[in-house]
Amino acid sequence: MAEVAEQEKVVKTPSEPLFSKKNRKLITDPLTDNNPITIQVLGICSALAITAELKASIVMTIAVIFVLGIGNVVISLMRNIIPSKIRIIVQLIVVATLVIIVDLVLKTFAYELSKTLSVFIGLIITNCIIMGRFEAFALANGPWKSFLDGIGNAAGYGAILIIVGFFRELLGTGTLLGIPVLGDPVDKTGLYAFGYENNGFMLYPPMALVVVGLIIWVQRSKNPALVEEE
Amino acid sequence: MARNTESNVYTVLFAIGMVLVVGSLLAFTASYFNPTITLNKKLEKQQNILFAMGINEATLSGNEDDATSFVTTDKVTAEFTKYITTQLVIEGDKVTQDSLAYLIDIKKESDKVKADASYTRKLPLFIGEEKGEKFYIVPVRGIGLWDAIWGYIALKDDLKTVKGVFFDHKGETPGLGANITAPYFYEDFADEQIYDGTQFKGIVVAKGNADPKNLDKNDNEVDAMAGATITGDGVTAMIKKDIAMYLPYFNTLK
Repeated sequence: MAEVAEQEKVVKTPSEPLFSKKNRKLITDPLTDNNPITIQVLGICSALAITAELKASIVMTIAVIFVLGIGNVVISLMRNIIPSKIRIIVQLIVVATLVIIVDLVLKTFAYELSKTLSVFIGLIITNCIIMGRFEAFALANGPWKSFLDGIGNAAGYGAILIIVGFFRELLGTGTLLGIPVLGDPVDKTGLYAFGYENNGFMLYPPMALVVVGLIIWVQRSKNPALVEEE
Repeated sequence: MARNTESNVYTVLFAIGMVLVVGSLLAFTASYFNPTITLNKKLEKQQNILFAMGINEATLSGNEDDATSFVTTDKVTAEFTKYITTQLVIEGDKVTQDSLAYLIDIKKESDKVKADASYTRKLPLFIGEEKGEKFYIVPVRGIGLWDAIWGYIALKDDLKTVKGVFFDHKGETPGLGANITAPYFYEDFADEQIYDGTQFKGIVVAKGNADPKNLDKNDNEVDAMAGATITGDGVTAMIKKDIAMYLPYFNTLK
């Protein structure tokens, strides 16, 4: 009798709710205390390359959310049948396939947008965050958790991209999303009337590193737990 | 049933299976979408050519705010046939009319010349007419910092003054070289001269030309973009090199 009761108990264990506290953490953690860029220092290359404009940052964010969300699910579904010897190649193929499909769909249905995007789409394949999440999370967890993890990490990456893009475009060209917000630098209106000048330096990739560095500084001084001990 | 996912046979079979699945998936997707993509590219060329000669959404809607928008894809073919009255293909001394001249691949033509110096390049030329004015539109193609840049230069009837231009690029840096597609850059080309007196000079994207508002239209120069020297030089080079190929034909028109 006791055995039967125990068996029933096992069967009846309620499954975890879709948005349990643990699952919510999968999304919120990468946004703050485990941010892929500022804490894990991954995906820096694309963060440098494309953040000179806010629009490009936003577009890249959406693309990475899509690829990492779906890619994590695909890898997670295949996690028990992938031979571990060739798992990295399998992961690469999954990313590349997704990226090519995204590119084709955009070229067909949103040709204008695909032209602005095409460079970044290619860059997604080389984004170490994606391979990192496949390897570290999706290979060991179920599809739903992997999906949340993918969305969370991509959003954490995107948040930094957008912050960096915001400051670089604002200080570098005086525009946001291509719209002048500080006046006209040639006709000397707005802020420029008081002698303000655009800082062309902000448009160069190294300045993205400086901005990311400042973000890391702010984040660590707000949360001392993140600072590594000597 | 426990599978041995570590065995060599399984690994090879898995790899083959994966390649087959992914390969056919991509092949099907690509061939399914390909006709629409080709059509999109055709329409884009028509939009770009019209844009260079100053036909844009503003021409049709009358709203000046639309001056930076292409003629929309649903209307572009009709507008293209209306405004582009003649399309010519120039092969050495031979000039033929060809209503599909705009589909000539400039890159392939220049590759053919590279491979075989005796090859006579096909040069497409588009003649547009708006309100009784005649414009000659020349395609140009060159290299920027990272990859190809290209565009169309519309010349006025005197074959010396620029009516308007269109530029595009494959992979220039956003915020820097990619700004050749921005109005503040390409608008400066309007009314510039490609001749200095009688000498053909093209239009130089110049740093430090002390003319940021581009008031001097006879200096053959437009103001360069900060941080995009190599892309700017690429624009200068492609305008000079590619328009020069049309000069023999232009001289027969004068």
